[in-house]
Amino acid sequence: MGFWTTFYALSFYTATLILVLGLAYKIYQYAKTPAPLKVPTMPAPLTTGGVVVRVLMEVVLFQSLFRSNKWIWLFAMLFHAALWVVLLRHLRYFIEPVWFWVVLVQPFGKYGSFVMLFGLLGLLVRRLFVERIRYISSPSDYLMLILLLVIGGSGVMVSFVTHTDIVHFKAFMLGVMYFDWQPIPTDSILLVHLTAVILLMIIFPFSKLLHAPGVFFSPSRNQVDNAREKRHVAPWAIKQFESPPPVVD
Amino acid sequence: MAAKANFETPAFRPYPVIPILKPGAMKGNGPFVAKPPMQEALGFPGELIDNWHDVAIEKMGELLKKYRSLRVYLDACVKCGACTDKCHYMIGTFDPKNMPVARQDLLRQVYRRYFTLAGKWFPKLVGAKDLTREVLDDWYNYFHQCSQCRRCSVFCPYGIDTADVSMAAREILDSVGKGQKYCNEIIAKVYKIGNNLGLPEPALRDTLEGLEEDIKDETGVDVRLPVDEEGAEVLVITPSADFFAEPHIDGLIGYAKVFHQAGISWTLSSSASEAANFSMFIGSYENMRRVALRIREAAINLKVKRIIFGECGHAWRVAYSFLNTLVGPFDFLDQRYPIPQHICEFTYDLIQKGALKLDKSANDHRRVTFHDSCNVARASRMGDMPGGQFIIPREVIKASCNHFYDMPADTIHDQTYCCGGGGGLLTDDLMELRVKGALPRMEALKHVVDNYGVTHMAAICAICKTQFAKVLPYYGFEMDQIISVHQLVSDAIVLSVDEI
Ligand code: HEM
Ligand code: HEM
Ligand code: SF4
Ligand code: SF4
Repeated sequence: MGFWTTFYALSFYTATLILVLGLAYKIYQYAKTPAPLKVPTMPAPLTTGGVVVRVLMEVVLFQSLFRSNKWIWLFAMLFHAALWVVLLRHLRYFIEPVWFWVVLVQPFGKYGSFVMLFGLLGLLVRRLFVERIRYISSPSDYLMLILLLVIGGSGVMVSFVTHTDIVHFKAFMLGVMYFDWQPIPTDSILLVHLTAVILLMIIFPFSKLLHAPGVFFSPSRNQVDNAREKRHVAPWAIKQFESPPPVVD
Repeated sequence: MAAKANFETPAFRPYPVIPILKPGAMKGNGPFVAKPPMQEALGFPGELIDNWHDVAIEKMGELLKKYRSLRVYLDACVKCGACTDKCHYMIGTFDPKNMPVARQDLLRQVYRRYFTLAGKWFPKLVGAKDLTREVLDDWYNYFHQCSQCRRCSVFCPYGIDTADVSMAAREILDSVGKGQKYCNEIIAKVYKIGNNLGLPEPALRDTLEGLEEDIKDETGVDVRLPVDEEGAEVLVITPSADFFAEPHIDGLIGYAKVFHQAGISWTLSSSASEAANFSMFIGSYENMRRVALRIREAAINLKVKRIIFGECGHAWRVAYSFLNTLVGPFDFLDQRYPIPQHICEFTYDLIQKGALKLDKSANDHRRVTFHDSCNVARASRMGDMPGGQFIIPREVIKASCNHFYDMPADTIHDQTYCCGGGGGLLTDDLMELRVKGALPRMEALKHVVDNYGVTHMAAICAICKTQFAKVLPYYGFEMDQIISVHQLVSDAIVLSVDEI
């Protein structure tokens, strides 16, 4: 087995492990930390069903962002929507036979990549040229966009320019998944793509990409507005102030 | 009037351009620091302790375990910039550290340095910073330039609430002995005397008797303002400003007249003669609970069946959102009514039932607009549907006067702009900040003054009313253009003489 095959196979295992364990830990941490007070940003839904709708509107449509800034919303929407389509298209490297709907997504993913790059460029231009956003940006904020641009750019190159042998590549990917390694096509652009993706997977649980799980745990968005009707107390508050605890029904 | 200002009142903007940043514009030492006795009364060290660095980090770690909000908010921000132009203090001062995300970053940089791998290994890359004396001073200064109004939270894609972050920061500052004089002195007064203003019981009784006489002189009707009356149906908890300053006091007279007309017995409490709970501003669950406990005890001692809160914004947040949590359950009260209830809900219900006779023409000399107070608008509710907090006060106003005009849509309801004095900033040592932070609200007011000839702005918050009375003149308005909602009710209500 060649050096690159071993290198990438091992890298994929490591990155996957870090991504999965890292995210699982953060999600566990968010879920375990209590929200001792009712702090939904009002007006808030009065029912759990209403909250589900509210959170979905944030996750799918970026509702609050739409209210605050149409340009950021536009670029964010183009980037994220295209990202999901591109990722769906990617499923074909990991499954055999390829599911019917993944086949349907293929052309959208292929051309969606340009939309994704456009959205990312828009966000980068804003970050560079809007004074307020430049002020709040750290090097990592630029690098994150650049990393995604590298991933997208190299992906497009593979897809439209170098025409890497996908059958060959898929054999490698399935081999990694089923611990039956096959040689990787050593097309340099493809390797750039994979390296950048591996990097992204590794930094995901340690970076602001935690906004993806975070959005589901934000108390100002996911709490039901029923403070008067239903008593809401954190375990630490009961322990600290109310022992024995009063009866709560 | 305030001493001659040594700063410039911002000019009205022809159109709301986004300001060019002026870094350091509001750099300074922040508001006066609390004296040791006040600090100690609240259970905090008297002054900045020697090992403040370690204690602060430890406190931050503790808060991260206690509050999911803090953990998620510090992790999730993507620096998208959507909130950067949403804060009234940013708009009025141009100081970039008054951009909500930059304000959070003051805490986040330290969080990253001490609590995240990225910040421990690559501090420069992710903007992580050691907690130095300079950072601590920046915290003190800029977390006391946040009125905890939650406007930024409305616009953030993850609902990141800078108010929550600044509460946590103030709690850390308190825990190392660097508390703010204004807030902590007031809380200490509540513990000692029962209210923010330090008004003792005999003075309270005098004031209320005086008001009863005034109402009698003016209307010929015996309207009562009872205190400590055991067995009354309703306990009214109202901000102590209602007991002696204009325009607050006219609101109190309004509540009394409403109760009189409804024929429902009520009482104030001398031990819980304060609705405000400044412990929220300093993020202290413990003190917030202790202040709230007075209300529970007063309700039990006076054997009332209902609790109603007067016009006060953050008090209503604590009452509506936290009271049940802090000192509930209130199973000894009448469960047929919301616990607690807002005076506007109470008056609105009576109006709906036709139990109040209101002569709108009594307010014909006024053209009125309504200022949504942040804590009512974005942190609580009235009535039984989302957004009731916007509808109910307006309906009460419209039932009391003929001329009502709303300010522009992006300055009301949940997009309302803070008065500039909330969150424990209503102190003379922050006058410059208060005046500058009022700019967006003053612009919105000017809009309806110019277009509809509005003469008065009504509000349901003691802090808003005090703040506006002070800052309106800076912007060329009169200080008495701010009024209480129940002052309108008071002037319109037709009292029947034969009622008790
Ligand atoms: C639940 C899923 C997700 C939701 C709801 C979500 C939502 C958002 C929103 C509302 C923004 C702010 C607007 C903007 O600046 O673009 C944002 C930014 C961002 N998202 Fe996501 N996102 C999700 C998943 C992801 C994933 C999986 C990635 C990684 C590949 C990602 C990468 C980014 C990046 C890099 C930014 C910052 C863009 C900038 O620098 O301006 N997001 N996301
Ligand atoms: C394990 C992870 C990944 C693997 C194995 C992988 C592999 C590939 C391959 C082989 C191609 C060439 C497709 C072709 O020629 O038809 C491609 C294209 C592409 N990739 Fe990835 N990729 C991965 C993750 C990602 C991620 C996370 C992103 C986005 C952030 C991304 C964005 C793209 C784009 C935009 C293209 C070009 C459009 C397309 O053909 O779909 N890839 N990727
Ligand atoms: S809570 Fe209000 S005052 Fe504080 S940063 Fe947000 S908008 Fe500004
Ligand atoms: S809107 Fe929210 S996510 Fe965007 S910069 Fe502000 S706090 Fe961060």
